[in-house]
Amino acid sequence: MSTDQALPAGALSASADAVARRADADRRADRFFRYLVTGAGLFVLAALTGAALSMLWGGRLAFSTFGFEFLTTTDWDAVGKKFGALVPIYGTLVTALIAMLIAVPVSFGIALFLTEVAPPWLRTPVASAIELLAGIPSIIYGMWGLFVFVPVMSTTVIPFLTRYLGPLPIFGPLFQGPPLGIGMLTAGIVLAIMVIPFISSVMREVFLTVPTRLKESAYALGSTTWEVAWNVVLPYTRSAVIGGIFLGLGRALGETMAVTFVLGNAHQLTASLLMPGNSIAATIANEFSEADSDIYLSSLIALGFLLFIVTFVVLAIAKLMLMRLNRNEGNR
Amino acid sequence: MSAISEKLYRRRRFKNGVALVLAGAATLFGLFWLVWILWTTLVNGIGALKPELFYQMTPPPGSDGGLANAFFGSMLMSLLAIVLGTPVGILAGTFLAEYARRSLLGESIRFVNDILLSAPSIVLGLFVYTLVVKQMGHFSGLAGAITLALIVLPVVVRTTDEMLKLVPSQMREAALSLGVPQWKVTVQVLYRSALPGIVTGVLLALARISGETAPLLFTALNNQFWSVDMSGPMASVPVVVFQYAMSPYDTWHSLAWAGAFMVTVFVLCTSLIARAIIARRKVAND
Repeated sequence: MSTDQALPAGALSASADAVARRADADRRADRFFRYLVTGAGLFVLAALTGAALSMLWGGRLAFSTFGFEFLTTTDWDAVGKKFGALVPIYGTLVTALIAMLIAVPVSFGIALFLTEVAPPWLRTPVASAIELLAGIPSIIYGMWGLFVFVPVMSTTVIPFLTRYLGPLPIFGPLFQGPPLGIGMLTAGIVLAIMVIPFISSVMREVFLTVPTRLKESAYALGSTTWEVAWNVVLPYTRSAVIGGIFLGLGRALGETMAVTFVLGNAHQLTASLLMPGNSIAATIANEFSEADSDIYLSSLIALGFLLFIVTFVVLAIAKLMLMRLNRNEGNR
Repeated sequence: MSAISEKLYRRRRFKNGVALVLAGAATLFGLFWLVWILWTTLVNGIGALKPELFYQMTPPPGSDGGLANAFFGSMLMSLLAIVLGTPVGILAGTFLAEYARRSLLGESIRFVNDILLSAPSIVLGLFVYTLVVKQMGHFSGLAGAITLALIVLPVVVRTTDEMLKLVPSQMREAALSLGVPQWKVTVQVLYRSALPGIVTGVLLALARISGETAPLLFTALNNQFWSVDMSGPMASVPVVVFQYAMSPYDTWHSLAWAGAFMVTVFVLCTSLIARAIIARRKVAND
């Protein structure tokens, strides 16, 4: 080559040196970058572990003072310094249950409509609109619930329920009580509205993964749309549908602001769904700034720890169920 | 025989019809709440809008004022949260997509990140309370920003991870075969290609934290006055909305609606822009 000839002998080794130095610098930079991204990855792990441990640490006073009774007693007495978490635990579970009873069938209906029934031009705009619901901040749900929905409940819905469902033999007591408007039922309905977009968008997405040939085979045998949905689509996507439901459940259990507005913050255990109650998240949000003793504060943080454990388990199940469909798909 | 099958056929048709009508009704049910909630916010919010919102401070009980300090506090804390959360999120997402795609560590971090994504934000607030507020001895805007950064983090990790996975491996191989070190491939080739997706992730995270209320109650608390001091308590729009909506005063209610309206408009616009960016990218790729 002509350039080699033009260079003096020493320059060649100098440029080889430069290349080696460059390679060295690159290697060092590569190693540094690898450490950097690994550190950031580990930070995510540390954030979750840290959250769990810090709450366990913050709640240790409550756990050691009350022991197992923290979970089974209903006292919530700031003056007598006696705290039991049964009322908020019960409220959390009941409101989430009501929410799921409403949200699961509705979400299935929406997903079915958007994948099998609606004309194609309608599908994307309606799906986007439903997903818009998920974007509205929870405090807006809370304000709407308190100022608009609660009056409707107390003047129209609750008197109706008390009149027609109240006298029933077994379910009756659930629907007896004064028409306050705020309470477990209202909170459950607001939660249902909030989780519908999450569940329905998961269901819609997994329904779309069902191979067309499976559906078309069923149609060719003369199945109706409903039979295809119920006997082909749903069995194929079962685990992911359960995953989506658990994802919604995780949201419902941990939702704070919307519930705080409409639940009534009352530490009482009642059979009636129309009475005010409390949930774990609402108790923490309402009372954290009022906690004037160490044991009070510690009890609230212990509540947070319980909520964390429950939602962690629910969300982990959701994730595992959703992963199962992906794996099945990979095998096909 | 044929009478029986005729009856069966009719029953199946009937069942199908009922189910499909119910599916349509469920969709209307979902849309009904959306329209109702947005309509309420719109009507009450626009009714409460006024110029004083932007230059007067949050008023004492019963009197009138604005939300200037709350807007500023929200802006400051959200900005700091994005600044803190985004780089860590992008790096962690890079780790998942480029360095640990199929390893056990990568899978467990991805798993934990997805849980963090849906975990109740109130839990993160309590975490930062014990970690920062208790150590500092008082509530602060900084603690609020850290909490929001923890909410930003999983969103950015997830989108970065997914966007980097979408980058064709030929690009990596082409760059590596030219002798470009891996970090340069990542920063100058992959990030450039995944940029619209990552920006979308950051915008979605911003939309998410602008409405966050619960975790700020234990970290930034609230402040009735103008404050630029991040080490002291700081007002934010959602917390002020919460406090004012729960109060018995009409003037406070109207301020709360104005705040709620502004937050909703901001959140919806941000997520629409985020969607538009992703949609444009899809078109460009086709």
